[in-house]
Amino acid sequence: MSQADPVVGGVSGLDLEHIRAQFPILHQEINGKPLVYLDNGATAQKPEVVIDAVSDCYRSYYANIHRGVHDLSQRSTTAFEAVRGTVQRFLNAASEEEVVFTRGTTEGINLVANSFVRPRLQAGDEILVTGMEHHSNIVPWQLLCEATGAKLVAVPFSDAGELDLDDVAARINERTKLVSVIHVSNALGTINPVEEIVRLAHERDVPVLVDGAQSAPHMPVDVQALGCDFYVFSGHKTYGPSGAGVLWGRYALLESMPPWHGGGDMIKTVSFERSEFAEPPQRFEAGTPNIAGVIGMGAGLEWLMDLGRDRVAAHEADVLAYAHEQVGAMDGVRIIGTARRKAAALSFVMDEAHPHDIGTILDNDGVAIRSGHHCAQPVMQRYGIPATARASFGVYNTRADVDRLVASIDKVRRLFAR
Amino acid sequence: MELQDLVDTFEFLDDWEDRYRLLIDMGRELPEFPDEARIEDNRVDGCTSNVWLITDVEDGDPPRLHFRADSDAFIVKGLVAVLLKAYSGRTPQEIQDTDIEGLFDQLGLGKQLTPNRRDGFFAMVRRIHGLADEYSTARAAHA
Repeated sequence: MSQADPVVGGVSGLDLEHIRAQFPILHQEINGKPLVYLDNGATAQKPEVVIDAVSDCYRSYYANIHRGVHDLSQRSTTAFEAVRGTVQRFLNAASEEEVVFTRGTTEGINLVANSFVRPRLQAGDEILVTGMEHHSNIVPWQLLCEATGAKLVAVPFSDAGELDLDDVAARINERTKLVSVIHVSNALGTINPVEEIVRLAHERDVPVLVDGAQSAPHMPVDVQALGCDFYVFSGHKTYGPSGAGVLWGRYALLESMPPWHGGGDMIKTVSFERSEFAEPPQRFEAGTPNIAGVIGMGAGLEWLMDLGRDRVAAHEADVLAYAHEQVGAMDGVRIIGTARRKAAALSFVMDEAHPHDIGTILDNDGVAIRSGHHCAQPVMQRYGIPATARASFGVYNTRADVDRLVASIDKVRRLFAR
Repeated sequence: MELQDLVDTFEFLDDWEDRYRLLIDMGRELPEFPDEARIEDNRVDGCTSNVWLITDVEDGDPPRLHFRADSDAFIVKGLVAVLLKAYSGRTPQEIQDTDIEGLFDQLGLGKQLTPNRRDGFFAMVRRIHGLADEYSTARAAHA
């Protein structure tokens, strides 16, 4: 039992001391103070099993996949392909053939934009997103709209950072070709009611893409229960390496989609007259993928599943609630994003200090947070602020980390007091 | 406070909080930046904070470059105040000869000047050196 974390043995049942011991990077000092890493929304740190999986791949069996009959290639291929099964279990997908490996969330969205939506899109058609999307779920659609004359429509959200389902319903019409929605807002922490949005969209036969970058690391995800048509996430936020991610799509939809990138490993036959493309998921995986990265991602997902995502969610909910209570009680601090259902992120601004100032002082105090617009400038515009400071939590964070955060914010207040 | 006094003061303050407090105060004491100059052309782009910079040229041989600047973040404003002490009112040659990294290292603020910090502050240093290069090239062309 750790004194640092009152949750140990409590609601979550996770052994935080044991979890933290698995992250070598956390055990260092910044400016003479023990590191408190609260930038998990940007990327998560890696447990030893992930570091070992990547290292072991390069040390003992790395070779290109799907190509050689030699032993190393076979072993690489086996390890790489096994990750599809891991992802299938992670998402409760119907089959592992529905799992397409990408570089990350951004590539997944661009793939759907270019391969699924583009051929179905005509001038005047609409893509529906929410006002709290990350730029990666805005810009691909804008590029598509510029090229086709289609229109990007955004559902507004309340001061608390919540969507109104009536607003969503009112904006789905016969011109809507796709609803693409962020599951958990990276800037506000809001958990959006994705099941209900899917139901509303499907009533009008509109397919739905769920941006799971900020949900996959923090809660159980069941794509069949969500009912969505596509779900994308990034391996680096689920404790795996950067540069590997997943697009999950219903097989029938994937089958209907032409390839986006052409190249090796995605074809059946190639001649100069024509090429015949491989079936999904290979059809969408042209070129040599991030082999060790995908294998490392698999190790991260297995690690998360072994912890139990219900327990991860319970623990993080406790830490987030504690952070809300503590930071929310501070004079001169305003929390941005106070939705009833939230995960993992606490954005705030201060009367006397710019978010950049907050980030700088906290850094000197060993507390790593993000300050900026979080690649969600429309969210900042919505609140009329240039940026926020954001503390975002991972499974290894504790109430003691929140105490350090609060002490450092207090230091900002003292330093900037006039 | 002259530049050398600043270095001495910073060396005297061994607590980083005191250094930052001084920086914040220096930022607050920067001369008021004209609102009408807070335009896109004068903005040095940054990811988390903005810096605005305008240049007044004092004719002469050599000319002297005077800078006025502002930021929406107070610490950046303080850093800007340090920069202005180092650069403003100097000749292009003096600007080119300024070892700004050395100065910031002396102040214990070297970390603020790494190019991967995507704030307007580093971009401002580059813009000032770019201006100095322009004016010295212009003079060379006249000569």
